[in-house]
Amino acid sequence: MREIKTAAIALVALTLVLGLAYPLAMTGVGQVVFGNAADGSLVKRDGKVVGSKLIGQDFSRDTGRKDEEGEPILEADLNYFQSRPSATGYSASATFFNNLGPNQQDLADALKANVKTYLDRERPTTPSLRAGTIPSDAVTTSASGVDPQISEDNARIQANRVARRRGLALRRVLALVDDHTSHPLFGLGGDGVVNVLELNLALDEESSR
Amino acid sequence: MTFAGWLEIALFLAVLTALTPLVGGYMARVFMDEVHYLGFVERPLYRLLGVSRERGQDWKAYARSVLTFSALSVALLYLILRTQGLHPFNPEGLSSPTWDVSFNTATSFVTNTNWQFYGGETTMSYFSQMSGLAVQNFASAAVGIAVLAAVVRGLASRTGKEIGNFYVDLTRVLLYILAPMSVVTGLFLLSQGALQSLNDYTTVNTVTGLEQTLAQGPVASHEAIKLLGTNGGGFFNVNSAMPFENPSWLSNFVEMLMILVIPAGLTATYGRMVGSRRQGWAVFAAMMTLFVVAVAVIYTAESDPTPAMQAAGLSGPNMEGKDQRFGIASTSLFVAITTAASCGAVNGAMESLSGLGGAVPMSEMMTGEVIWGGVGSGLYGMLLFVILGVFISGLMVGRTPEFLGKKIEAREIKLTIIGTVTVPLMVLVTTGLAIGSKWGATSIYNSGPQGFSETLYAYTSQGNNNGSAFAGYTGYLQPNGTNDGAFGISFADLLGGVTMLGGRFVPLLAALAVAGSLAGKRVSPPGLGTLRTDTPTFVVVLISVILIVALLTFVPALLLGPVVQGLTEQLF
Repeated sequence: MREIKTAAIALVALTLVLGLAYPLAMTGVGQVVFGNAADGSLVKRDGKVVGSKLIGQDFSRDTGRKDEEGEPILEADLNYFQSRPSATGYSASATFFNNLGPNQQDLADALKANVKTYLDRERPTTPSLRAGTIPSDAVTTSASGVDPQISEDNARIQANRVARRRGLALRRVLALVDDHTSHPLFGLGGDGVVNVLELNLALDEESSR
Repeated sequence: MTFAGWLEIALFLAVLTALTPLVGGYMARVFMDEVHYLGFVERPLYRLLGVSRERGQDWKAYARSVLTFSALSVALLYLILRTQGLHPFNPEGLSSPTWDVSFNTATSFVTNTNWQFYGGETTMSYFSQMSGLAVQNFASAAVGIAVLAAVVRGLASRTGKEIGNFYVDLTRVLLYILAPMSVVTGLFLLSQGALQSLNDYTTVNTVTGLEQTLAQGPVASHEAIKLLGTNGGGFFNVNSAMPFENPSWLSNFVEMLMILVIPAGLTATYGRMVGSRRQGWAVFAAMMTLFVVAVAVIYTAESDPTPAMQAAGLSGPNMEGKDQRFGIASTSLFVAITTAASCGAVNGAMESLSGLGGAVPMSEMMTGEVIWGGVGSGLYGMLLFVILGVFISGLMVGRTPEFLGKKIEAREIKLTIIGTVTVPLMVLVTTGLAIGSKWGATSIYNSGPQGFSETLYAYTSQGNNNGSAFAGYTGYLQPNGTNDGAFGISFADLLGGVTMLGGRFVPLLAALAVAGSLAGKRVSPPGLGTLRTDTPTFVVVLISVILIVALLTFVPALLLGPVVQGLTEQLF
């Protein structure tokens, strides 16, 4: 009985201190010291929040049409760099993994469809592109479903299309890509990655100049 | 594979090795009662609990305290989950998970497994996460470390049967190790962009005018202890892959370190407590060797395209189920760490790993989670293997086996065998039940060998208290995206729950009993014929014992799943 009493007291104390005081104090500190970062690193355009710099989004437009299941049909906005494919429709409130194994026919079919979409979209402006030279991040689904970044290689291919569509000099678009590329290993080396939302917002600014 | 990738892996291992004696030395001082700077908090807590530092427990009393505390923890957590609708801090108005999933989750967090049959942001209120789940993240980790301290005291003790006081150990581990490290880690993650709010989920209009809802929550505080306690239960369903949990390359690097720093450090703690740092380094060397092999195989395997990618004409590395800020190297390293360390946090989709890349994490768990392993539990599991190694080598040279100068006799060996063989047996039986029955089939998502791999992974992970998953395997269906109208798959939930309880408490009790049996045994001075346990030769013996006793048991099962997939390009 004494044993149970001690365990109960310990659990209540733990819950109060580590289950309430600790996370609430951290929330207080987070809100005061880190502000916007603690709220999700929200990004604004013209004073309106358009997303989070940490969360990938779908740069597609609603066509107004619906598919057989009544879901709206979206179409990639070719003026923008496109995020990696997502198994979750870029949901940041109900995340899950794609969960198809490495030898699954379903995965092969999905990848083939993604390859076709990517080639259809980019080959007109990058004629040398083949399935075997597509950077694999461009056609595989990410882990989080909201991967905010694409590989530098992927961005450089897409730059051809974006520059053509926007009537911007390729050189200037590539310069923007460079500006938004970061590297692993404390930024010192390794394959570069590009934040798509920040790049696209910078692109809009460049176009409106 | 890239040079930068290998460099990252080498850098990580170097930093970990450098931190081991520092963190381990500090923890040894905590256990040997030399650190007191928080005495003004500590003493009132002992008075409240009615315990005292001077009153030690023998192994049976210690075990009784552990079991009572854990049983009550399961009950309290189950109660919290089942009354979720009544709590504060529930802006999304999430209702309670069903009884079976609540049972699975309660056992999961109390056993330091953190297997999750639910999706965090769609199932759990902020209150459940903070005051239910995270409390057990702290408590279950502290229990593991406390038991390890007690076991080592038993091994080292030359006088008397006492191996410490459970509540004193629990208090000191939380106060001097887990709580301060969590605060620092949490603040660091915040600086990298991890969430820490109690806001409603935020809906925004995106650049192209679509709606996107951003989940919120007190994430950084949760994330810190999730890693440090080798718990691994993510705030979000996609765990450390979610940018809000793990925002950058650097946050990921630190998260990986935080998973291993305590389990690795404890080897040094052990060395100091038994009075020979070499003993600690020998165990460290065995763990590190097995770990390096694991990382290298995963990184190599993931750098190639999978059969499904080849069928689509792709030639790049396997980026399916991986995020770009981590890439192949950081994801492979994370996979190796989280399954070696019984953490179970993931920063990519385990199910999307290549056949060989998926066989390695399974193998790491199948060794009984002793390559680093869970905080505390990894090392006391490893010490059972050390005793087994001493025994087997003793038989080979025809001498009475001794460990740290103490004779290993029939009683210790019987207990050691119970501690090392029960979990593999349980994993194989539960996997067999789940594969062979129609109830188990409901949980399987993929067809062909992958479906078998999912099942094998699920019970290996739960039995060894890891918690990572081939996440296609499900025990909870959420038809509407919210948990209203959801239902659990009782078979998987209950079988998993029982497996986790057995996987936690059988080895734990066996280790305590061995320590109790060795405590106070006479120490004979080492002679010429003594088999030393701090030499490279013994490291080789130890690795061999782990591979033969634990891993070999699973080879037939591994062949049926991941190995078949790794060897063929066939699609299923």
